[in-house]
Amino acid sequence: MAEQGRVITYTDAGVEALREEMRRDPSIVYIGQGIGPRGGNFRQSRGLWKEFGDERLRDTGICELGATGVAIGAAMAGSRAIVDEVFLDFALEAITQIVQQAANICYMSNGKIKAPVLVRGAMGAVRNAGAHHSHTFYNWFANTPGLKVVVPATPYDVKGLFKTALRDPGPVMFIEHKFLYNTKGAVPTEEYLIPFGEARIVRPGSDVTIIATSRMVELTAKAGALLEKEGISAEIIDPRTIVPLDRAAITNSIKKTGRLAAIDESPSTCSFAAEVLAIAAEECFDSLKTPPKRICSLPVPNPFSPVLENQMIPSVERIASEIRALVKK
Amino acid sequence: MTEAIAEQKDLALLLDYYRRMLELRLFELKVQELYRNARLPGFVHLYVGEEASGVGVCANLKPEDLIFSTHRGHGHAIAKGVPAKVALAELWGKTTGCSGGRGGSMHMYAPEYGFMGTNGIVGAPIPLATGGALSAKLRKSGQVVVGFFGDGAVNSGSFHEAVNMGSVWDLPIIYVCENNLYATEMAFSRATKNTSVASRAAAYGLPGVVVDGQDVLAVHRAAKEAIDRARSGGGPTLIECKTYRYVGHHEGDPGTDYRTKDEVEQWKKNDPIKRAAKVLLEAGLADEKKLKEVEAEVVQLMEDAVTFAENSPEPLASSVTDHVF
Repeated sequence: MAEQGRVITYTDAGVEALREEMRRDPSIVYIGQGIGPRGGNFRQSRGLWKEFGDERLRDTGICELGATGVAIGAAMAGSRAIVDEVFLDFALEAITQIVQQAANICYMSNGKIKAPVLVRGAMGAVRNAGAHHSHTFYNWFANTPGLKVVVPATPYDVKGLFKTALRDPGPVMFIEHKFLYNTKGAVPTEEYLIPFGEARIVRPGSDVTIIATSRMVELTAKAGALLEKEGISAEIIDPRTIVPLDRAAITNSIKKTGRLAAIDESPSTCSFAAEVLAIAAEECFDSLKTPPKRICSLPVPNPFSPVLENQMIPSVERIASEIRALVKK
Repeated sequence: MTEAIAEQKDLALLLDYYRRMLELRLFELKVQELYRNARLPGFVHLYVGEEASGVGVCANLKPEDLIFSTHRGHGHAIAKGVPAKVALAELWGKTTGCSGGRGGSMHMYAPEYGFMGTNGIVGAPIPLATGGALSAKLRKSGQVVVGFFGDGAVNSGSFHEAVNMGSVWDLPIIYVCENNLYATEMAFSRATKNTSVASRAAAYGLPGVVVDGQDVLAVHRAAKEAIDRARSGGGPTLIECKTYRYVGHHEGDPGTDYRTKDEVEQWKKNDPIKRAAKVLLEAGLADEKKLKEVEAEVVQLMEDAVTFAENSPEPLASSVTDHVF
């Protein structure tokens, strides 16, 4: 994988992708609260308004339901729309438009109407924002036929997946992670796209397969490095897109290692981690040497107290400890 | 142009409008008959009594203009040009239906006629229509967009958020509220203190107009003015058509638990089709014979639609996973 290039932030990788795609495709309109002159609450649209102006950067009031419906309607009518929920939490204000309209329209219209709308929002815990600003329900959208779900973990993936998302014929949930916005990574200067449904092997290994998404990829990689020193070789895989899912990457690895853990910032019940374990049960049952394990956030609303929130979310130490126990079984 | 000439010009449209309204009416009565005989699956919300609104608005649109409709949308589809047989085939779940049988009554889509869908969610078409208008403006397509909705939608957040955006961005859109006085069973006067939908336009800074929704020429005049303004870059309008459904909320609802039979009968006396016929006869624009001829043609059209829809193929069961993406 081409990982040479400048080192830039996860946020800036997104801005670059948007700028390049908006230059390439004049039909793109970007709608959201604070994305104009301010450049986005997370600086996630910084500089775009200067280049594309009020026509294509549609700054709105605080009205996610209306703005999301407007974006979907524009996409149905021949534009390509981006709607920025800013915090994924705020997509809840608009979920009827996402699930009932955007997700269903292609099917309901017998394929006659496609809605190329990208719904953008940042999930997850950062800086103890409390329960209203920290949700991680990306898995809900994966349970909705008609939506593609993207959860990039690195600046490289943000840029390449954004560009693919902005060429997709239908609705895409592009779910970033707030904690990752300021993280840095190498991003090539030349253009590249990352296809949907192609997992990334974060590190190869032979003793255990670990599937991790979004911010959990970084924590799991750190846990993997610790375990390596103890002689445990973990293969870490980031699916990058939940829909479509690279099932083969997951099952091939499990068949090789015979052990599985899935790391998820969502609580375990009906989570993506649960889906990974179900895939393993259906397709790799005979290969499993030990029962697979979900390592997830505890099933509580995100607490404000740093002590409590740290207890809730999987940590490097917890991941390492659970994997250690899994491999030694 | 003097008012008298303008009136003459409008009258010249009336026979055509009469025919269109009759198409909507007889389509719905045919659907009612088929549904009551258990020949159609699903649920239907009929447009009987509200025809002047759909016809008076849509007759002023171009084929490439877009409309977004509601759960009570068969009439809108036909008024925008979707052939009755294609609409009926959809209600029958057939492959020849406008959504290939994947949609049904509340998910009929025919973008080839500028018909962007009925909708199962009250309120949802208002932001979607606003987005359609944003797209039209950005693409400089010259299209005008109409968002239809009922009185039930105006107390939802979707109405507030979308009309506000349509106004602040001066979008080429007409918001048409078909106020039939009841949201399912909820009387508008019990649901809100301000029962003038048109007056709400002031809150968003766009023109609000109230029209007699049982007078197709009154709807036509209000719609034409609003559409012309939108097309010339003058921004959106909110039109409130005062109307009534003679039938229940959906087929199966007698529609008399929450309103009196007398009220229904009073509204039927003000029927838009009968009114149009009266004016046509009085103005000498048609005689009884002509009106009978028109009716016979429309009756035949609906019989042909039934034959077409009934004999159309069902979808292949194995096609169930097509068109998800």
